[in-house]
Amino acid sequence: MPPLIRLDDAGIHRAGRWLVRGVDLSVHPGEIVTLIGLNGSGKSTTAKLALGILAPDEGSVTPAPGRRIGYVPQKMSIDWTLPLTVERFMRLTATLTKTEIAAALESTGIAHLAKVSVRTLSGGEFQRAMLARAIARKPDLLVLDEPVQGVDFAGEIALYELIAAIRDRLDCGILLISHDLHVVMAATDHVVCLNGHICCRGTPQAVAESPEYRQLFGDRAAAAIAIYRHHHDHTHLPDGRVRHSDGSVTDHCHAEDGHHHEPSAPPRNLEPADDGHV
Amino acid sequence: MFDDFFTRALIAGIGVALVAGPLGCFIVWRRLAYFGDTLSHAALLGVALALLLEIDIPLAVFLVCAGVAVALMLLQRYAALSSDSLLGLLAHSALALGLVCLAFMTWVRIDLMGLLFGDILAVSKTDIAIIYGGGAIVLAVLVAIWRPLFAATVSSELAEAEGLRPARANLVFMLLMASVIAIAMKIVGVLLITALLIIPAATARRLAGGPEQMAVIAALVGAGAVIAGLYGSLGWDTPSGPTIVVAALALFLISLSPLVGWLVGRPAAPSSRSEP
Repeated sequence: MPPLIRLDDAGIHRAGRWLVRGVDLSVHPGEIVTLIGLNGSGKSTTAKLALGILAPDEGSVTPAPGRRIGYVPQKMSIDWTLPLTVERFMRLTATLTKTEIAAALESTGIAHLAKVSVRTLSGGEFQRAMLARAIARKPDLLVLDEPVQGVDFAGEIALYELIAAIRDRLDCGILLISHDLHVVMAATDHVVCLNGHICCRGTPQAVAESPEYRQLFGDRAAAAIAIYRHHHDHTHLPDGRVRHSDGSVTDHCHAEDGHHHEPSAPPRNLEPADDGHV
Repeated sequence: MFDDFFTRALIAGIGVALVAGPLGCFIVWRRLAYFGDTLSHAALLGVALALLLEIDIPLAVFLVCAGVAVALMLLQRYAALSSDSLLGLLAHSALALGLVCLAFMTWVRIDLMGLLFGDILAVSKTDIAIIYGGGAIVLAVLVAIWRPLFAATVSSELAEAEGLRPARANLVFMLLMASVIAIAMKIVGVLLITALLIIPAATARRLAGGPEQMAVIAALVGAGAVIAGLYGSLGWDTPSGPTIVVAALALFLISLSPLVGWLVGRPAAPSSRSEP
């Protein structure tokens, strides 16, 4: 299957320096690709390349023809002069039925805010509204730039579970941007670690264990990932079955599965969110 | 009924207000008030060129305004000046150039006050035809580009990413602005056009629950201001253009009153909560 978007050796040059350079990247249907990196490492720039907002100064960006994009930008402020309810905001770039709007708001947990002005939403609620808007148009490619900023930790896990569920339901490709690898690990297939260029890439485990990643983020971050992974050695599939880290699929979790009886406390308690998802 | 000058003035003024209101909303949303001012100042240069080249005045005004709008877009992209400095530069240069050109044409006698503040009572049947014909086209185009233009107003990057081509919508919007100024100049004059664009939209902000609703309310508020202003100018023997603007201001002040806020059930001031 051809990729939804492909970047070949793409770079952006501004004011005498390369913001990002030599990026090779592709996102296929049903795949979640995560870009991680420190501030200023070119994550958002790479996303804008993939979206066609920026044209590459070198290399090439090849979108699949006719693909529908859903985008959650990193920053967006709604001017107070705009009278804009959540419901109207949902219809910003696409025509949607009331049912579609209600379903999308329901899935991000803010159905009760449909009639509210977006100006009065909290940071976390606004992120959920932006995510709902992006998925309501049933995109082929979903680009999420730090989609959980302002969301508390339990909500963060729940939103990543939701993102994985969206991928399964819509079979869309997802390009995800995050600065913390440990919470996205369960919901990503391929990680690209950026630092002005691609410094390492691969499965979440491979990136977490790579020396480049440890050098960039420090040993503590890498250790946190190790613990997190230990507690997430299985994945709940949309149909209720469970996929284990060895690839086998069963009807239920096993008693010996990591996060159900692990006595030592992880740095953050992940169980409630983990058990609540689909 | 078109034989009475006052009736003609009413019909023409209402026509301009109905078009200016919805466009004015975008000017308020996009914080383009000074941009509107710049375009209307440039209109005077258009009048001078029309007299010099002996072409149709609204056409020349449209061309000059469109030219200034495009020049501004290009300068913003390449120049190392902030956009408000650029606007100030263009606005007053265009105004001064227009006045200088007019002064050179000693053979033309023009009513400068009429150009600056409008001469709505001298509106002819042809003017009315231009206002309603041109206005209908402007509104039809605005409806056609509404979704991309509004999406680009909320977030240009979002509109671009999701395939709505905001640059094209922005360019069309600039041309619509130029058209409205060409149409409205005769009614309220170059110095007061911005007022007719912005004040009704600002009034509608308090009363509207959605963008489309705000556009409709702005059009109606503008029409109300024209009616009140014209009757006021008739009663008190005041200049009609400025009286219309004063009427619009009065409506704006009324919309600020707590009673109106209570009636529409909306907060009086922007939410104190930080931006999301």
